[in-house]
Amino acid sequence: MKRRSFLKGSLTAVLAVLATGAGLLNPRRLLAAWPASAFDAKKVPDTLELLFGNTTLIPSQDISLTIPELAENGAVVPVTVASKLADVESITLLVDKNPNALIARFTLAKNTLPYIKTNIKMAETSNVIAVLKVGDKLYSASKKIKVIMNGCGN
Amino acid sequence: MATLTKLRATLADGITTVKSQMLHPMETGLFKDKRTGLPIPAHFIKEIKCEHNGATVLDVECGIAISKNPYLSFNFTGGQKGDTIKLSWVDNKGAGDSAQTTIS
Repeated sequence: MKRRSFLKGSLTAVLAVLATGAGLLNPRRLLAAWPASAFDAKKVPDTLELLFGNTTLIPSQDISLTIPELAENGAVVPVTVASKLADVESITLLVDKNPNALIARFTLAKNTLPYIKTNIKMAETSNVIAVLKVGDKLYSASKKIKVIMNGCGN
Repeated sequence: MATLTKLRATLADGITTVKSQMLHPMETGLFKDKRTGLPIPAHFIKEIKCEHNGATVLDVECGIAISKNPYLSFNFTGGQKGDTIKLSWVDNKGAGDSAQTTIS
């Protein structure tokens, strides 16, 4: 009897561990998959390939990137992305010389306007790139920002 | 926990503006503790989600390069005064928080 309940108990425990591992019991889980490999990528083309399976960026005049050209402290660089493009599905921010190029991807609902304002970290003087996904096309704008103090650590 | 996340939503000319600030260290894992010389482990928000009356309006996947105490602002259409706005986030250690407000 003892042996039976012990076996039952351990089986339940194993199942619970498996379920937690698979993310089934984690109530805080928000998205299906955080793109770990894209966040680990160093270079912009590798990041784009991992996120979109597409590395062709189409420069667009309809994207405005508002960032102070001189960032004294790389730990807090205010970035505003706004666009006149229609049907934007996501806005992705990249910094080409950061240890990892990908900053964040903002996925928009149909009624969400293509506008994001946030603060990012920059390691050194580099291009900030905004990539807007419309259908299977990637539109982009970039701006070179001079950084005085490294905000990423090394 | 609710004090970890500030959230505001205002309506003007048919456009709802959501502004939020989350209190979080956003450690990159690349800095060293100056006294001990040991690396400070990475600790950062991975996902932020914002819902309007239960429907997702913004999903953010982010890494270590969002600044400490992340600030976020965005706009959407179709909101009415009094509608519910909820913002929730989770970090790489599985901790998280959420805040709720109404459009004013």
